[in-house]
Amino acid sequence: MRDFSFHRATSLDDLPAGATIIAGGTNLLDLMKHEVMAPGSLVDITRLDLDRVEAEGQGLRIGALVRNSDLAAHPAVRRDYPVLSRALLAGASGQLRNMATTGGNLMQRTRCPYFYDRRMACNKRDPGAGCSAIGGVTRNHAILGASPHCIATYPGDMAVALRALDAEVEIGGPSPRRIPLADFHKLPGDTPHVETALQPGDIITAVILPAPVGGQHRYRKVRDRASYAFALVSVAAVIGMDGSRIGHAALAFGGVAHKPWRDPEVERLLTGQEPSDALFAEAADILLRPAQAHGENQFKIPLLRRTLIATLRDATGMEAKA
Amino acid sequence: MTRHLRVDGPNHDDRLDHMAQGVIGQPLNRLEGPLKVAGRATYAAEARPRNLAYGVLVQAAIPAGKVLEIGDAPGALAVIRDKRMVRFAAQGMARKAPKSGPDGIDYMGQAIALVVADTFEAARHAAQNLSVRYAREDVPVNPEDVTPELPPKKQSKTGDLDKAMQEAAFSVDQVWHTPSQMAAAMEPHAAIAEWDGDRVTIRAGLQMLSSNKEQMADALGIRPDKLRLLAPYVGGGFGSKLGINAESVAAAIAAQKLGRPVQVSMTRQQVFDLAHRRSETRQRIRLACDADGTLTGLGHEALVSNLPDDGFSEPVTQATPFTYQAAHRQVVHAIARIHRSCAGSVRAPGEAVGVTVFECAMDELAEAAGIDPVDLRLRNIPEAEPVTGRPFSSHKLTEALQEGAKLFGWSDRRPAKERLEGEWYIGIGMASAVRVNQLVESRARVTLVQDGSAIVETDMTDIGTGTYTILGQLAAEMLGLPADRVEVKLGDTQFPPAAGSGGSFGAASSGNSVFLACEEIRRQIAKAIGCDEGDLTLQDGMARAGNVSKSLSEVVEGTITGEGHLEPGKTEKSHRQATWGSHWAEVAVNRWTGEVRVRRMMGVFACGRVLNEKTARSQCLGGMTFGIGIALTEAMEHDRRDGHAVSRDLAEYHIPCHADVPPLEVHFLQERDAYVGPLQAKGLGELGICGAGAAVLNAIYNACGVRVRELPATPDKIIAGLDP
Ligand SMILES: Cc1cc2nc3c(=O)[nH]c(=O)nc-3n(C[C@H](O)[C@H](O)[C@H](O)COP(=O)(O)OP(=O)(O)OC[C@H]3O[C@@H](n4cnc5c(N)ncnc54)[C@H](O)[C@@H]3O)c2cc1C
Ligand code: SF4
Repeated sequence: MRDFSFHRATSLDDLPAGATIIAGGTNLLDLMKHEVMAPGSLVDITRLDLDRVEAEGQGLRIGALVRNSDLAAHPAVRRDYPVLSRALLAGASGQLRNMATTGGNLMQRTRCPYFYDRRMACNKRDPGAGCSAIGGVTRNHAILGASPHCIATYPGDMAVALRALDAEVEIGGPSPRRIPLADFHKLPGDTPHVETALQPGDIITAVILPAPVGGQHRYRKVRDRASYAFALVSVAAVIGMDGSRIGHAALAFGGVAHKPWRDPEVERLLTGQEPSDALFAEAADILLRPAQAHGENQFKIPLLRRTLIATLRDATGMEAKA
Repeated sequence: MTRHLRVDGPNHDDRLDHMAQGVIGQPLNRLEGPLKVAGRATYAAEARPRNLAYGVLVQAAIPAGKVLEIGDAPGALAVIRDKRMVRFAAQGMARKAPKSGPDGIDYMGQAIALVVADTFEAARHAAQNLSVRYAREDVPVNPEDVTPELPPKKQSKTGDLDKAMQEAAFSVDQVWHTPSQMAAAMEPHAAIAEWDGDRVTIRAGLQMLSSNKEQMADALGIRPDKLRLLAPYVGGGFGSKLGINAESVAAAIAAQKLGRPVQVSMTRQQVFDLAHRRSETRQRIRLACDADGTLTGLGHEALVSNLPDDGFSEPVTQATPFTYQAAHRQVVHAIARIHRSCAGSVRAPGEAVGVTVFECAMDELAEAAGIDPVDLRLRNIPEAEPVTGRPFSSHKLTEALQEGAKLFGWSDRRPAKERLEGEWYIGIGMASAVRVNQLVESRARVTLVQDGSAIVETDMTDIGTGTYTILGQLAAEMLGLPADRVEVKLGDTQFPPAAGSGGSFGAASSGNSVFLACEEIRRQIAKAIGCDEGDLTLQDGMARAGNVSKSLSEVVEGTITGEGHLEPGKTEKSHRQATWGSHWAEVAVNRWTGEVRVRRMMGVFACGRVLNEKTARSQCLGGMTFGIGIALTEAMEHDRRDGHAVSRDLAEYHIPCHADVPPLEVHFLQERDAYVGPLQAKGLGELGICGAGAAVLNAIYNACGVRVRELPATPDKIIAGLDP
C-alpha cells in the first residue's frame, strides 16, 4: 500500500479535488493493498447524508451510502422490487454486505485475476500493456461485448437487478445529472480502464428506481459454490403475465459482460407470447447470437442459455405446472 | 526415569478401560478454546517483542531462471538476499533444509529476497515495487508436456491385468483428473525470529517441531541446541506447515543481520504461491470382475507432478494394494518434473484423491455389473493384505459398510435419474473410507505435583485438533485426577521431542508417550505405598491398593516426574495397519444449471480407541467438509503459460462455505487395535476425507446420470452431461 492522505468529508462541497472516494472500503482497500489502485489521497464519504431510502414520485430514491444489507431488508424494496433484494442477498457475505454501500457496489471493479496480479500485463490496470487473461485462465471472463483489449466482466449482482428495473444513477459534483444505468457502465472497447460514465470530480449520490411494475421478480445466480462466490452467470427477471401470455418482460444478465447485459430483442420476442419451451429456446438463441467464448469460459454459453430458460419457466409459472 | 516402549507386538491389556477416573473418551471441550475465542492465544505473528521490524518476501515474476540484479528499496531498512534462504518448504519429517539459494528460480512466485522495514505496510510497498532483472529460462509447467519419471520402487505388478481385463465379465477403464489443491489454513504462515548472542528463538506456525528444528538448524548453519522453536498455537496446518518455509528462514536471517527481532508473515496470496500444493493428478483405473462381482483385476496408474529437485510425490495409490482383493494387479506411479510451485502433503496425502477416485471407479463397476455398490465392496474385502499375505492389525471395513447402509437408509436407493423434485434430481451415493495408519517416535514428560495437579510437557503441537485436551485427559485418567488439574504445555522445543502433528499420527504417537510417562509415575507411587503398579487404583487424587487408601499429597513428596518414549517397532511391518470407514451422501442436482447441493452426509469410522468423542467427531466433520471441497468446489488453477497459481485468495479458491455443508452425521465403531501401542488408538485426522468426495460424486451420478471424471464437479461439468 502506498502512503496516502485521508480526509473525512462533512458535506458534498467538501470533496478535495483529485481525491479517491472511499465508502465501505470492501473493494478499494483490497485493491490498494495490491497497489492495483494507489491513490495519493482518499476522501471518506461515509459521514455524508446519503444513507436514506425515500419515496420519489412513485419510485424510490436510494442514497449512495445505503448499505447493501439495509437495502436488501428495506420493506419497500422487498415489496415492490424483490429482484433487487434477491440480487443483493446473493452477493458477497453478510459481513461484506453490512459494509458495502450502494455507490461502492456499482463501482466495484472486475474480478479478473490478472487485473489483481501486478506481475501480469493488464490493459485495464495499465493501458496499452496487453491483456494476459486472453490465452490464460478465463473461467470468470466475458462471452458478450468483450474486445481484443479486455475480456473482463463486471462482477456485481445488485447492478444486474437495477438494470432490469431501469434504474438511474444520480450524480453530484461539478455537473449534477442523472444517467440511465444502461449508460453508466461501459463496454471495454479499446479503453478498458474507462469503466463508467463518471468524470473526475463526480460522486454518485443516489440510485433512482422508477415506479414499480409488479410481476414476478427473480434473481438467479449460478456460481461455483452455494454462497459467497461471484456469478458464473446470473439472470435478473421481472416478468408480468397478461392472462396466459407474457405481458411485460425485463431481463438483465450478470457475469457475462463488462456491464450488466440486456437485450431488447429478447424482451420483444417474449412479450405477448404464450410461454413455451420453444419460445424460451428462441429467446436464448437471440441472446446468445453474439456470444463468443475465450477458451475455458465456453461453458458460459450453454450455462447462460439453461439459466435463462430455467428462470423463464419459473417466472412464468411453467415450472410449477410441470 | 524414562519408560520406553517399542511396539514390537500386540497389547491386549485394555489398560485405559480399567482406569478409575473415567475421563478418557469423554467429549470434553477444548482446553484452549476460551483463549482462542477471546483472542488471547498468541499465534505466530502476534507476539510483539520490542523493536520489532517487519519483513515481506519478494517473489519471482518468472517461472525459472536467475535473478541478475535487484534494485533499491527506498523507505526500507534492508533488502536481504542470502544464500541460506530456501526456495520452497521442507517436506514433513525431513531432517535437512530444503533447497536454498534465492538467485536461482524454480517456479513463479518463489521467494527471491526479503524487504525489511519498520512497518508491515512500508515493507510490502517496497517489496511490491522492487525492480528485479531476470534471465528467464524456458521450462515445462504442465504435466502433459514432459515424459514422466517412473521410479522402479513405486511400480508393482502381480499376475496379468491386461488378460484379466479381456476376460472380465464386466470392467471399467477410465481416466480421472484432480486439480492442484491448497490446504488454505486460516492462519497464514508467519514467523518472528529473535537472536540473543548466537542463540535464536523463532515463533512460527509449524506442525512438527522436532524435525523443524533440524531443518532450521541446517538451513541457518547453526547447531540445533542454539535454536528454540515456539509454536504453542497453530491456526490450522493440514500439512502446509509440516516443514519450515521461506518466511521463517528469512525472518531468522534478517533478525541476525539487523540485530533486532523480525517478523515475516505471508499474505494470503503468498500462501497460495509458497505453501505446498497437493499435486494435480491424472488417474487411470482399471477394474475387472466376474459375473458375480468378484474382482479379478485392478489397476491404478497415477501421474503426479513436482519440482525437479524435490523428493515428494503425492502417494495416490497408497491404499490400493490392500483395500480390495484381486488376483491380477498393477500400480503405476509416474512423476512429471515441472515448474509449478512445490507439491507436498495436504491433509491425507495420497488417499484424499486416490481413494476418492478409486471409489468412483468402484461405483462405475457396480453399475456396469448391475450389482449394488455396497455389495460389490463387501464381496471384495480381503482376509489378509493381498500379495504380501500380511495380517491386518484390525479390519472394520465390512462393519462400517453394513452399519452405514443401515443407518443411512441405503435400501431406499433407486436407479439413476429416477427422483426428480421440482428442478432437482435427487440421488444417494457411498464410498469406502481407508487410510494407512502409522506411529512415529515420540517423547513426553509428566510431572505429578504434591497438591494433586500434574503437568504434561512435550514439543507436540496442537494445530486446532485438540491435542492439549486429549493429552490432558490421558494424564488425568492415568493419574486419577480431574481433567482440570492437568496443565498441558506444548509447542516448545525445550520440551521432549514428539511426533508432531502430521499424517494422522500425532494423537496416538504423543498420546502413547504420555501414557508411558504416566505408567512410570504410577510405578513410583506403587513403590511408595508398597504394591504392584497393576494393583494400584488412582482416582480423584487418591491412591488405593488393597485396603490402603492415601491421598496423593501423602504419597508424593514435592513432585514425581516420569518420561515416556514411544517407538514404532515390529508391528509396523508384521501387520498392515489402517483405519476404516464408509461415507454416505445425498445430493440434489439442478436439472437446468447443474448446481449440486449436498443434502445430507454421514460417515462411519473405526480408528481404534476414541480419546475424546468431541474432538474426534470434529476431525471427521472437517475431513468430510474437505471431501465436499474435493468433489465440488476446490481447484487451484495454474496458468498454462508460466505455471503460476491463478486462484490465490479465498474469494477465488473455493473451499466449501456454510451453505455447501449440510448437517453431517458421524458414527464411531467400537474398536481396540492391539498392534498400535498400549493406547490402542489410531489416527483419525485424515480418515474423514478419504473417499468422502466419492460418496458425493457417486450420488451425483445416482441423481442425474452424469459421471464427472474431471474434478471438481462444478456446474459446467454437470451441464455437459445433462439433457439439453
Ligand atoms: C470476498 C468478496 C466477495 C464478494 N462477492 C460479491 C458478490 O458475490 N456479488 C457482488 O455483487 N459483490 C461482491 N463483492 C463486492 C462487494 O459487493 C463490493 O466490494 C462492495 O459493494 C463495494 O462497496 P464499498 O462501499 O465497500 O466500496 P468501496 O470499496 O469503498 O469503493 C469501491 C469503489 O467505488 C468508488 N466509490 C464508492 N462510493 C462512491 C460514490 N458514492 N461515488 C463514486 N464512487 C464511489 C470508490 O472510489 C472505489 O473505487 C464481494 C467482495 C468481496 C471482498
Ligand atoms: S481481461 Fe481486462 S482486466 Fe483482465 S487482464 Fe485483460 S485487460 Fe486486464
